[in-house]
Amino acid sequence: MIETVVSVDLMVEEELKVKKNHLAPDFPTGEEKRICIVSGLYGDELQGQYICYEVIRRIKLEYENLIGIVDVYPALNPMGLDSKTREIPGSGIDMNSIFPGSKLGALGEYTASCIFDDIKGADVCIDLHASNLYVHEVPQVRMNDDRVDELMPIAKCLNVDMIWIHPSNSVLNGSLAYSLNEVGVRSVVIESGVAYRINQQYCNAIVDGLFALMKEMEIWKGNTVTPKKVPITNDKDIRYINAESSGIFIPGVQLFAQVKKGDELGTVVNVITGAVEEVVYATGDGMICSLRDYPVIEEGSLLARIVGGNAYE
Amino acid sequence: MNKEIIFSMNTAFRGEFNIHGYSYGRGDKAACIVGSMRGNEYQQLYMCSLLAQRLAEIEAQGDVVAGKEILLIPTLNYSSMNAEKKKWISDDSDINRSFPGNIEGTATSRIAATLMDRVKDYTYGIQFASFYLQGISIPHVRMMETGTESTSLANLFGMPYVLTGDTRSFDTATLNYNWQKMGTQAFSVYSATTDTLDGESAKMAVSAVLRFLTRMGIIRYESHGGYISTTLKEKDLVSVRADEAGFFRCIVGVNQEVKRGQVLAEIINPMDGNIKAEVLAPTDGIVFFVQNSPLVFQNVVIYKIVRRMHQ
Repeated sequence: MIETVVSVDLMVEEELKVKKNHLAPDFPTGEEKRICIVSGLYGDELQGQYICYEVIRRIKLEYENLIGIVDVYPALNPMGLDSKTREIPGSGIDMNSIFPGSKLGALGEYTASCIFDDIKGADVCIDLHASNLYVHEVPQVRMNDDRVDELMPIAKCLNVDMIWIHPSNSVLNGSLAYSLNEVGVRSVVIESGVAYRINQQYCNAIVDGLFALMKEMEIWKGNTVTPKKVPITNDKDIRYINAESSGIFIPGVQLFAQVKKGDELGTVVNVITGAVEEVVYATGDGMICSLRDYPVIEEGSLLARIVGGNAYE
Repeated sequence: MNKEIIFSMNTAFRGEFNIHGYSYGRGDKAACIVGSMRGNEYQQLYMCSLLAQRLAEIEAQGDVVAGKEILLIPTLNYSSMNAEKKKWISDDSDINRSFPGNIEGTATSRIAATLMDRVKDYTYGIQFASFYLQGISIPHVRMMETGTESTSLANLFGMPYVLTGDTRSFDTATLNYNWQKMGTQAFSVYSATTDTLDGESAKMAVSAVLRFLTRMGIIRYESHGGYISTTLKEKDLVSVRADEAGFFRCIVGVNQEVKRGQVLAEIINPMDGNIKAEVLAPTDGIVFFVQNSPLVFQNVVIYKIVRRMHQ
């Protein structure tokens, strides 16, 4: 059933509406577990669009296997998605920084508050993201280090390629996942791919993971995959490779590649002179878990991340 | 005046990007003034240009006190101004959300780290900041309540108001917050506008800075004594919201005294021209802020009023 979570008049004629698809068993007992799958906080991140579609499609194919509640919110920032804008158009506010929002707030805060209230009470929320325009990411779950005990069982179901545990003090407390965890809704963020694109391979793996999680939560009784055995990493296991020159980055490796310290990762070239400005090398052993996708770079641009250390032993 | 390069990097297509600093006088690091950090902060850069002119005159007259140095950094982000973008030109990051920065991080993080290192030892830090809402506000000095702020010092700017506010989560990544944490007495000076030039309030802000530098014994400068500032907490400002969306017809402007129930503005239906809503003052007071977009969203803050204040 399609429901409108929030509706706000825009300046001229239109209304901003955030909708969800509420999927529940035909004969609910009132004891069902509830999962919320949300996406589109950033208007340039489209991975979640495919994932939401595919989750709903698979549930509708085998509706008899649905024994809990699945609320799917594909577009939390609909104006951003329509206008290919990462933040909320106009105000430029980062929507993932204003939760739990405010009923007395402006467009963004008010919308955030209505969304937050609608999700509150769920058992689990999965916030689907892609990377930004610049860096391609392997499918991964991100969580705070102060929530590991509660969230790790969820993360391990999600069939991603990496679980990254951040220090809690590096996480902005206005994010949806942070705010929901504060009120008892166990929430994790999935990152994958790159902005403005859909990678079906990554998305299908994540959809398989969502069904595995729903089975674990007794929301789904159909067949599911066995999730991949996932490496778990902390910040100390991640090496950041930043550019020390400006120009065009030509990668010499691919995402998921295993590299050794000193291996060449790519070059930064000067287009007008035809010169190589910089040869970029791996600073440690491990897997390329992030790789520059947008070729134009400047000094300091993130070119790659390597996950190594204990995570892959 | 001594010109220096504080930060330098090469770019792919625009050549060298340099952040310049201009110092007046020599000696102890007495005061540092930082101007625009975003590409839409035209007024803040304009204020720096007025201040630079005045400081050069003061220095030429020998009126920078011996043993004191003032550093002025007019802009950290002129490339975004040239490209008419608000945030950093290449990746939309925000320099004033990148402090204290990381010298090995992204460009904005490197800028923040390099700047922090250069300005951290100044006794007084002044940032020409832009108000977080788009519109016109009464010029004021703002301080974050970090536990080290001094409103009595802020009063010495002689601006009409000193505003103090709680530290919000994103504040911890701003220059002002990190300056204070490093031991500098940091102030944010706001004039009336951001992306349009307002000559009167720019002059007021520049005069306030010169007045402060005089009172701190850094320059010798005869100026009007300014205001005995009224100190307010941010939460004491009453927000007035638009009940409807549409054209915003402003009736009462900034710095005007209003009575409870007085019509402040009208919201007009863009299609038929009818008045959709009258915006009424919820309290007696003085208009501190009024938004200046032609169209407004429903529920957006369009006025802020200093409650029960008289002219």
